Amino acid sequence: MSHSHGAGENYLIAKRGIMSWLITVDHKRIGLMYLITTAIFFLVGGLLALSVRLELMLPGQTIMEPDTYNKAFTLHGAIMIFLFIIPAIPAALGNFFLPLMLGAKDVAFPKLNLASYYIFIFGALLAIFAIFDGGVDTGWTFYTPYSIKTAGSVVLTALGVFVMGFSSILTGLNFIVTIHKLRAPGMGFFKMPLFVWATYSTAIIQVLATPVIGITVLLLAMERILGIGFFDPTLGGDPVLFEHFFWFYSHPAVYIMILPAMGIISEVITVFSRKHIFGYKAIAFSSLAIAAISFLVWGHHMFVSGQSDLANFLFSLLTMLVAIPTAIKVVNWTATLYKGSIDFKTPMLYALAFIFLFTIGGLTGLFLAALSVDVHLHDTYFVVAHFHYVMMGGTVMGFLAGVHYWWPKITGKMYHEKSGQIACSLIFLGFNITFISQFILGSRGMPRRYYDYSAEYAPLNMVSTFGSWLIGMGFLLATIYLIHSWFRGKAASANPWNAKTLEWMTSSPPPEHNFAETPHVTEGPYEYGVKA
Amino acid sequence: MIGTINLPQASSMAGNVDALYSFIFIISLISFALIVGALVYFSYKYSRKKCNSETTAYIHGNTALEVGMSAVLFVIVMVIFAWGWIDYKKIRLVPANALEVNVIGQQWLWNLEYKNGRKLTNELVVPKDVPVKLVMGSKDVLHSFYVPAFRLKQDLVPGQFTYISFTAIELGEFPIFCAEFCGTAHYGMIGKVKVVEKAAYEKWQNVWELEQRLGINEAEASEKTTTQLSPVEHGKELFTKQGCTACHSTGTNKLVGPGLAGLFGKETTLTDGKKLTVDENYIRRSLMEPNAELVEGFAPLMPTFKGQLSDEEVNHLIAYLKSLQ
Repeated sequence: MSHSHGAGENYLIAKRGIMSWLITVDHKRIGLMYLITTAIFFLVGGLLALSVRLELMLPGQTIMEPDTYNKAFTLHGAIMIFLFIIPAIPAALGNFFLPLMLGAKDVAFPKLNLASYYIFIFGALLAIFAIFDGGVDTGWTFYTPYSIKTAGSVVLTALGVFVMGFSSILTGLNFIVTIHKLRAPGMGFFKMPLFVWATYSTAIIQVLATPVIGITVLLLAMERILGIGFFDPTLGGDPVLFEHFFWFYSHPAVYIMILPAMGIISEVITVFSRKHIFGYKAIAFSSLAIAAISFLVWGHHMFVSGQSDLANFLFSLLTMLVAIPTAIKVVNWTATLYKGSIDFKTPMLYALAFIFLFTIGGLTGLFLAALSVDVHLHDTYFVVAHFHYVMMGGTVMGFLAGVHYWWPKITGKMYHEKSGQIACSLIFLGFNITFISQFILGSRGMPRRYYDYSAEYAPLNMVSTFGSWLIGMGFLLATIYLIHSWFRGKAASANPWNAKTLEWMTSSPPPEHNFAETPHVTEGPYEYGVKA
Repeated sequence: MIGTINLPQASSMAGNVDALYSFIFIISLISFALIVGALVYFSYKYSRKKCNSETTAYIHGNTALEVGMSAVLFVIVMVIFAWGWIDYKKIRLVPANALEVNVIGQQWLWNLEYKNGRKLTNELVVPKDVPVKLVMGSKDVLHSFYVPAFRLKQDLVPGQFTYISFTAIELGEFPIFCAEFCGTAHYGMIGKVKVVEKAAYEKWQNVWELEQRLGINEAEASEKTTTQLSPVEHGKELFTKQGCTACHSTGTNKLVGPGLAGLFGKETTLTDGKKLTVDENYIRRSLMEPNAELVEGFAPLMPTFKGQLSDEEVNHLIAYLKSLQ
């Protein structure tokens, strides 16, 4: 492995021994540890999803009893949200690439960064321990008073979420300071790559919103342990209050999940079409606009909860506004392709899949934001399909685009291109089969979180389950060729995609301190193309 | 068909909701075609294989396009918002002459009570073309009253009342689902709305009221109407009507409660270790005081049916249970 300018060995082998990993303060090693940890959680959450779909393949009991089913879908949701999607892009890829893209040696607070990782692991272990303590059957939303009355291990799970919240807040804080203070000389805010802008917007939401979920689950735990009445009406509490608290965090959290993925798409689209991003400032500011509006729309999860008609009026109105910055992003990515030179490598295929699927996810949001239509669609499979199009069709596709795009930089190896393209096609096809059928099921009134259903819903449920198998095959293939390439792949050059952002200006994998010399930035990150 | 809600439009508002649904669908289809059309066209036209060069145009953006697009989008989403709000207000509006029915949700059945005191389980009988107001509450956890054929949904919240209103415009039976997760048998909390002609509804209520006044209780009255059914058939009907199906399968698999096939005559062990044989008396006691003698491995969740079943109905349920082998 070559390392130029005598900058030292690459970060993977610069220090040896298990302890050199466990107490590392190198943002790249911490990022990689997050990547592996969250990938394992994704695998577990994915297997749970397959088991839920298998149960629903046929009416009646297929492989498990109702209580087991309720625990399985709760665990699928909770693992995917709290242990995978929230940390996966910011904490794994963000940690690894934010300092590199800024031309910095590390994040602003490297030790705090390591602390965040261990706090995350501790919280995750608490939540996992809850599975063996009887499991949780409340759904990932923990709605009261069911979550107060159920026999499940709600307190442990809630404490896990509480603890993981600190990890999220500290990571966000670390990123904000890093972006403000550690940009390379010459890099003004408007010369930052858009992934950095997206991570910045995300970090703001993490710092401002996460404390609310922390307090909410703490109140829930206090109510269960000490019997203090916050949410249970028999103790004088209000169950709808819990819904407000919960969504006050969890709606902005949706943007914690999607914004970083949008950042990745901006990077990948430009590199693989050799074009300057279309509308740099429009994309950057739309990230901030989305972050701001995201705090004002939580009530659209509660249109039929019994909240006032005035609240419904305002939340529906504000939710409609989110459509505008979101559409700006989608149109600008598409416009970037115009007069480009498009190379359909795996990261680009995922980016194009993202635009296709996220557009469906966004447009189906209009149905749910319209009050009268939401009264019918709320809590049906239409909602399930909608958020999977946004979270999986959006975030997971963005995550996969990022993992493939940066794989050579992280591992120093090239993955097998053809296998990558096949896996992407399988996932894309399987995904649409699985979830388009759920849109139709939902519009015909099948409620979500149902263990069993009437005969009219049977054919589409079977189709949906078949689709889930294709997704599973795609991920199996991806796991195999990625692991294989790590050990047997061709060595990657410093800049295999011929990109312009700073992380590609150092060797693959980078040396421990990132750059041999501090880079000086003279032009923007997307200066492709020839000036006429 | 894709783009429409493929369900009966059985309430006065269903058509309105479907119209907006189809409108948004068309808007979405156009937007999707524009985006994905451009995506596919550019992918074809500017693929590297085709242009065989990495030299590209130097384009930074187009402010007029961004602003113009935002303006058009703003108008479209405001139209959708206003349409949704106007229809929503109509859904929320309760006409002064609305027929009022109380709905109390509990794990896992619907209790309905009319103003005259008549109580039903899992079956809401309403007259066609007459506005109905449901005043709803919950005994335990959150539930959500959902009638897809009416495009109608409202959560039931313990500790407060919520309401909805509708006018049924089609005769027939339509399922009521629980749409808010409420525990083990959430999926089994299913009832039905039976829409009948106004005259038939009034007769149905009047007969009942008359019988009340004459001291004929409901059970005896229902005996009269069901004499043509055999005890087993009548028991089977009661089994669905009283909501037993939410928790008990008629096979041997365990749901919330035990599966009932082959249960009669079997020896079971209670939570206190006592053993007994399932006979007529045990079933009767289980209906009246369900949690007094609980079978091992089950939680004390079953509601009592004391005062809701006549002797004859209990006998017929037992007959039905015996028939399940």
